[in-house]
Amino acid sequence: MANFGYSLTKSSRIDLNNRNIEKWNRLVELEPDVLKCMACGSCTASCTAGKFTKTSLRSAILYLQNGQEKEALEYIQSCLLCGKCFMVCPRAINTRHLLLSISKIYSNR
Amino acid sequence: MIYEGKQKIWSDYQKDIPDDHYFYVRSCIRQSFFPASEQTFLDITRNRLHKDFFESEHHTTCGGIAYHSDAIPQETAMTIIARQFALMHKYGYENYVCSCITSFGLYTETLETWREFPELEARIKEKLWESCKLEFAKPKYLAHASDIIYKFRNQIAQQAKFKLINKKTGEPLRVVEHIGCHYAKMFPSKGFGGAEYPYVLAGMIEAWGGEVIDYPERRHCCGFGFRQYLVQSNRGYSLSNTHKKFESMEPYKPDMIITNCPGCPYFLDRWQYVISEMEGKTYGKDGHGIPVFTYEEVAGLVLGYDPWDLGLQVHQVSVEPLLDKMGIPYDPSKKYKGINGKDLGRPELPTCACL
Repeated sequence: MANFGYSLTKSSRIDLNNRNIEKWNRLVELEPDVLKCMACGSCTASCTAGKFTKTSLRSAILYLQNGQEKEALEYIQSCLLCGKCFMVCPRAINTRHLLLSISKIYSNR
Repeated sequence: MIYEGKQKIWSDYQKDIPDDHYFYVRSCIRQSFFPASEQTFLDITRNRLHKDFFESEHHTTCGGIAYHSDAIPQETAMTIIARQFALMHKYGYENYVCSCITSFGLYTETLETWREFPELEARIKEKLWESCKLEFAKPKYLAHASDIIYKFRNQIAQQAKFKLINKKTGEPLRVVEHIGCHYAKMFPSKGFGGAEYPYVLAGMIEAWGGEVIDYPERRHCCGFGFRQYLVQSNRGYSLSNTHKKFESMEPYKPDMIITNCPGCPYFLDRWQYVISEMEGKTYGKDGHGIPVFTYEEVAGLVLGYDPWDLGLQVHQVSVEPLLDKMGIPYDPSKKYKGINGKDLGRPELPTCACL
């Protein structure tokens, strides 16, 4: 195939019809604090695991809201549960508990 | 397409256009991309519709490409525009019509900015006098050239020799209409039909017998986006936009695409070749692409102009399959002949058989 010095990029379109509302409602019921997240990124900035692996609670929450569950789980699977993010969260969200609840509801394992 | 819903939207966004006496300004790039479109527009309006359309050799670029590429500041673009308006006034015209969508968007933006910030208008007035010694004036009416063809679409239909109908099956041709982003996305009230579903091209298609296709990415940008294309490293983004549109329209099997912008027909046409070279995929029938036209070219075809006089031989995607569908006669041996039979040269045949 010809090389023109640039290439096609995959569409980043999000299909919100793929979003599992039932699972999201269960998460909100269990962890109402998830609605308090303002995506500031303090959790990601302070994350010990995030320096070495793809770990970001902020991204995971955004992916869940977009219906991209697989990607969301990729962003929390390397969490060490150290709790540093809980200490820095300006909204005082119990991030460690939230993370475990996400795993419990969305993980197939 | 839910037609009743669209009609409601269209009725909310209508504008009165003066019948006659326009100062016409050409586009910087259309004359090289689609060389006969503007001449066809002038020929239709002057000789078929018998209207007064004046153009001056002193007209220059509106500065839109430089402005949108961040090469010149807004005040420079405004002074260039003030000069064009001053030329219109100098030649005794009040209605201004431009061929380019980017110019239309920039003229509208400038007039609205002057209305909002009179002190800026006063400063531009001074700059115009300092630099050109021309008297500042604003047009009484600003139109895009597609507005004019839209206004006279039914008169063109009355004079039509061909229709947007498949001659073999008798079915209306399935047409994708693509509107330039700067037509109404910035100022919805300035375009026929508003920003979401502009009616300007859909109205022409209906009047000339075709069927408008409604597809998911209908309002998506063609991908030109100035800096996206002008910087080579960003060019993949431009291509990806076009690719997204074609993937979206493919299931609806369009016969042709009509546009009203300088950049859109160019990119929708040329990127089909690039996609076919990169991905090995074409979107039309039998390994061909989907032919892309400007609205002047389609008006010309409908009125019975010779396809090669309309400059259709400089398109990347071959237009012959569409001409055959419409029953328009053409001489293949004259495709690459210029004035007095001068040989224009032949393009190399790409692997996708787009040509």
